[in-house]
Amino acid sequence: MNYVPHTDRDRSEMLAQIGVSSVDELFSDIPREVRLERDLRLPKPVSEYELARHMAALAGKNTTADDLVSFLGAGAYDHFVPSVVRHIVSRSEFYTAYTPYQAEISQGMLQAIFEYQTLMCELTAMDVSNASLYDGATAVAEAAAMACRQTRRQQVVVSAAVHPEYRATLKTYARNLGIEVAEAGIRDGATDFEELEQLTSGATACVILQNPNFLGSVEAMGAAAEIAHRSGALFVACVDPISLGILAPPGEYGADIAVGEGQGLGSPMSFGGPYLGFLTCRQELIRNMPGRVAGETHDSQGRRGYILTLQAREQHIRRERATSNICSNEALSALAAAVYLSWLGKDGIREVADLCLQKAHYAFDRITAIPGFRPASSAPFFKEFAVRMPVPLEQASAVLLRSNMLGGLALGRFYRDLGDAMLIAVTEKRTKDEIDSLCRALEGLA
Amino acid sequence: MTMPLIFERSEAGRKAYSLPECDVPRKDVAELLPDWAVRKSAAALPEVSEVDLVRHYTKLSQRNHGVDVGFYPLGSCTMKYNPKVNEDAAALPGFTSLHPYQPEELVQGALELMYELGRYLCEIGGMDEATLQPAAGAHGELTGLMIIKAYHESRGDGAKRTKVIVPDSAHGTNPASAAFCGYKVVEVKSDARGGVDLDSLRAAMSDEVAALMLTNPNTLGLFDENIVEIAKIVHDAGGLLYYDGANMNAIMGIARPGDMGFDVLHFNLHKTFSTPHGGGGPGSGPVAVKKALAPFLPVPVVEKKDGKFVLDYDRPHSIGKVKAFYGNFNVMVKAYAYIRALGAKGLREASENAVLNANYLMRKLAPYYHLPYDRYCKHEFVLSAAYQLAAGVHTADIAKMLLDYGFHAPTVYFPLIVKEAIMVEPTETESKDTLDAFVSAMIEIAQLAEKDPEALHSAPHKMVVGRLDDVTAARRPVLRWRPREQANAK
Amino acid sequence: MYPQDLKYSEKHEWVRVEGELATVGITSFAQEQLGAIVGVGLPEEGAEVEQHAPLADLDSMKTADQVFAPVSGRVVKVNRALEEHPELINDDPYGDGWVAVIEMADPSELDGLMSAAEYEAFVAEEASKG
Repeated sequence: MNYVPHTDRDRSEMLAQIGVSSVDELFSDIPREVRLERDLRLPKPVSEYELARHMAALAGKNTTADDLVSFLGAGAYDHFVPSVVRHIVSRSEFYTAYTPYQAEISQGMLQAIFEYQTLMCELTAMDVSNASLYDGATAVAEAAAMACRQTRRQQVVVSAAVHPEYRATLKTYARNLGIEVAEAGIRDGATDFEELEQLTSGATACVILQNPNFLGSVEAMGAAAEIAHRSGALFVACVDPISLGILAPPGEYGADIAVGEGQGLGSPMSFGGPYLGFLTCRQELIRNMPGRVAGETHDSQGRRGYILTLQAREQHIRRERATSNICSNEALSALAAAVYLSWLGKDGIREVADLCLQKAHYAFDRITAIPGFRPASSAPFFKEFAVRMPVPLEQASAVLLRSNMLGGLALGRFYRDLGDAMLIAVTEKRTKDEIDSLCRALEGLA
Repeated sequence: MTMPLIFERSEAGRKAYSLPECDVPRKDVAELLPDWAVRKSAAALPEVSEVDLVRHYTKLSQRNHGVDVGFYPLGSCTMKYNPKVNEDAAALPGFTSLHPYQPEELVQGALELMYELGRYLCEIGGMDEATLQPAAGAHGELTGLMIIKAYHESRGDGAKRTKVIVPDSAHGTNPASAAFCGYKVVEVKSDARGGVDLDSLRAAMSDEVAALMLTNPNTLGLFDENIVEIAKIVHDAGGLLYYDGANMNAIMGIARPGDMGFDVLHFNLHKTFSTPHGGGGPGSGPVAVKKALAPFLPVPVVEKKDGKFVLDYDRPHSIGKVKAFYGNFNVMVKAYAYIRALGAKGLREASENAVLNANYLMRKLAPYYHLPYDRYCKHEFVLSAAYQLAAGVHTADIAKMLLDYGFHAPTVYFPLIVKEAIMVEPTETESKDTLDAFVSAMIEIAQLAEKDPEALHSAPHKMVVGRLDDVTAARRPVLRWRPREQANAK
Repeated sequence: MYPQDLKYSEKHEWVRVEGELATVGITSFAQEQLGAIVGVGLPEEGAEVEQHAPLADLDSMKTADQVFAPVSGRVVKVNRALEEHPELINDDPYGDGWVAVIEMADPSELDGLMSAAEYEAFVAEEASKG
């Protein structure tokens, strides 16, 4: 198989037109010494049927979160994806397109991006949104770089309660950009504000907190914004978009930049990607905003249309002075988010958030009532919480798996002092029965 | 007729969603969360019925051009056909419903796929080890440069090597990625044949240079015949060679960057390996390196130990993470399926036919459009609207007119070294009939440029909107919808 | 064709001198080369600039250029109107399209700038080089 449509006759006509006798001649300018004089060592080609069977067999070697009852979150969430989302993103007019460089023939994607931007502005209560970034981790790193450009400062302060992989990504980016990263510790499951205040100074470009944080706790974001602003730094809020159905949005507590992971908005977990990095900000910051952005305009007859705009910020025009090197982003995931949020609507987003909140609290109350199981924090939480367990977590996870349950993340992997704590996520998909089963299995361990 | 926005279809009280009932005892939100943590004003998301929602986005899809709709000769983007079986494979719940933190023993199939794909890519690129973590080509560039930086630092050479050399024909992402990696960018000129000017390179080379970033074939679609000499010049001065894999579709199974002397390369799975671009992403930009650079790859790397696939985080010299988790896994599934379907023979044929198609188109169009570099091209070629400019017709006019013929336009105004550039990449999956239809359209447009330039200035005429005012869009950015009352108040 | 009362730099800035103050903008030639200017990034008032260092960002549809300080000194005023109306630079480069006012640190730097006639010759030579 090679998906090439040419017949032998086509090929000979084309070669004749070019004026060569063989395709090899077209490669004559490749020096002999760098030619590959053998076949690539790859598995032999297969027919479509064989391929489909092989792929199904590979997929079958995995046990999916659907085969189990999942209480695993930690940055990738088992939220319900309605059928309409899959159907719309499977329209090949969307998914087989490139970035909409030619606006007039790409109005569908451009309008969808414009709608996505509006939806994200509404959800985060911010002024403007870009068309997406790779994921939550790179969105945090991009926000830090953006804050450094805006403030002309080279230090950022981040809470240790921000997702460990986001901080790791931030540090990788920062090291190469010459940005210094200071980390404020955790006290009782939330950011240590005393330390945050000590670290933040007139040299700080931005303060970054996550809400709810990696441990599930709701942070005092307004107070953190004040700390940042007192030093002339920007405040970057990394938020769970689903939580914004109930939790205060970044725009309500003075955030300058809001970022986050939008996977929960209609994208499957897909073993870690593709996801959806989002970034919204205050109007004043748009010249330093990274990534693509769609804008409204009109044609000569006054008809409304959409176009990629403010491109002078971007790599293809500004080259080494660009706000970021990003080119391809996650447009199809953004489309999924637009369809998902429109499916939910004004009431649905609140309802899905409320379901998460209620079910997580039910699970929390039941689990922490089991002797020996203690909350790891007294902070308020949304859909995820950490519980200290009286047995080794490996044992707990194994027992849960035997009952077809996927336990939460063992936090010792990222936080030494939480070696006995499991991070349990409860989405709207979990039923009371499933939560009760979880509790029964844990009770057996106590 | 103006296409409404989803917000303009909203009617209070309508709904599309259905969610499970709250089957746990419900508590008042005020009992669960402090008042300061709670949202004060609701997000004004649209309220629509499901059928209206579906029709809205179906209509939008009909206002969009994709490879499945028609020819998409966008240079440097390799808009080849995206095989449907790959979409089916990637949609299997065994791939989509995996949580990235599931225990390794539950995801052996996923890890096997990643491990094998990494090995296939190394073989195709002539490299030793790979990471699949970068989410796109530019992300791969950034990752590759970080690896190069870490390599130089490990040799005590990091502080001195502060520059990255980029040819003036390079993709914009190259200088942007270098700058985002903290490097100073030095530009070298192209020579008369479109390759790197060797004297210019020699002059730019010093012990302050960390790397040269190159794509070969380059953005003119031309293979740089001096590649061995270029590699020698860079390596002799202690620099490394970075290969931008955007143009890999020209040389699969024919020549390998690793054999040309490149030390690091990124692939664009969404170009060369047939994964759809999604209207702007997701892409995937794996990076492969030579052995000496392998210790610096991002963590984790998929390894095979005692017949089991594992995620190896124990790599003390790693640059760290460039993204959460392991990369755009679902895109990898499609690229893996593509490589398995084609095998060595199919990949080679894909490149051969991509080059055949490009040369055929170039020859057919050369009488009508200025061809600034007249030699065999590889997978793409660059024309210029220099002839048409005499009649006041610009590349943009030609591009917009092509839309009326049902074709997406080529890449325009790039590379920057060609005035009024038109960069055409047909890919191997287009038939001779399609190419001939495109040629006819381009010839008609060339004739129109002489007879009726005004018709071109006002193109396109048959799209759902006419030519959009990009200047006003940029000067007075309207980046979100607002209800009429609010918009008027602003 | 270029105003006689101004001084010009090789980077196509003009300077209008009033005492210690130098008002800076870009020439009509420069704005024509850039085409429609769609965005301007202004320095902060009070910022110190060195001669030849970037003073402001100019975004057009196809390129992102910079205005360089033709003289050293302190930026005492910037043209905020450009933020909302970047087209002023295209429409009135020597008037409403001014960019910033610099309080000069070293007025002798003006001696290195060109007169209108010299600048016109300079532009003609640049154009002939293509």
